[in-house]
Amino acid sequence: MGAGIALFVAVFLACAVEAVEATTIVLAAGTARDWRSATSGLVAGILVLAAITAALGPAVTKLPLPALRLFVGALLLVFGLQWLRKAILRASGHKELHDEDAIYKKQMAAAQAASSQRLGLVPDGYAFTLSFKGVLLEGLEVVFIVLTFGANAKNIPLAALAGLIAVVVVGLAGLAIRAPLARVPENTMKFVVGIMLTAFGTFWGAEGAGAKWPGSDAALLVIAPAIGCFALLLVAVLRRGSTTATGQPATPAVAQAEVS
Amino acid sequence: MVSKIKAFGAFAYDFVIGDDWSVALGVAIALAVTYGLSHAAKVSAWWLVPVVLLVLLPFSLWRAVRKH
Repeated sequence: MGAGIALFVAVFLACAVEAVEATTIVLAAGTARDWRSATSGLVAGILVLAAITAALGPAVTKLPLPALRLFVGALLLVFGLQWLRKAILRASGHKELHDEDAIYKKQMAAAQAASSQRLGLVPDGYAFTLSFKGVLLEGLEVVFIVLTFGANAKNIPLAALAGLIAVVVVGLAGLAIRAPLARVPENTMKFVVGIMLTAFGTFWGAEGAGAKWPGSDAALLVIAPAIGCFALLLVAVLRRGSTTATGQPATPAVAQAEVS
Repeated sequence: MVSKIKAFGAFAYDFVIGDDWSVALGVAIALAVTYGLSHAAKVSAWWLVPVVLLVLLPFSLWRAVRKH
């Protein structure tokens, strides 16, 4: 039960972060250029993703579980540590916070500056391509997260449900406000996702390598909070380090708001 | 064709390895040693990856802060 909740939360948050990024790109393409072309790109991206999922899904579930856990655990550990590293640097003021508003403005400016060219039935090839690439690249990460988490936990339906709910909720919110989802606490979400990816990667990676965790699946409920506490400790140490070095706290208000 | 292969290689490296190659190397070594201990020495080394994380994450952060 506890492991199921952890699985749902991890997949939901990770997919929501990717969906926010894809939504920002589609919104920029639609607002700056042409909504019909951006929507066509979105639909084409979803169709390609569906084909990839149909091809990869059965293959992933047929892999032997220890090998799958070792391979996926290693990948999740590397991804998780990269996410966590960036999140800790952001929270301690050593790296700029991820700003969906700024990314949206940058995408808008690039989209407005590009020349228009028809692409078959699509009136604006640039808007179509921008939207298609955004949905495909971010969507591939969603598919990867759902399939690997689901297959490893032997619960693909739950992982797929969590991913689907995340994408639908974020997509509908983006459609409703027709603006970048700047109010989503993306930096905090990335911090939590980094912790979850690292925790699942640690658990599955070691298990795939032949280790037996004390308490079996329940060990995850210890690993994730322990990694979270360690990450917060590192944020505090890095903040103190930069305060000592400069005599000024490192962007304290922003960092405080994003982590807490 | 060569440029496309190079571009894919750069994308794959960025996707899998990311900003700090030492993280990927540390994870690979930790899992390989865990595998060796579990299969050759019959020791359930579940503690090894968490211990490596305690060193690897601060080390990677230290490298990033020093670089900036």
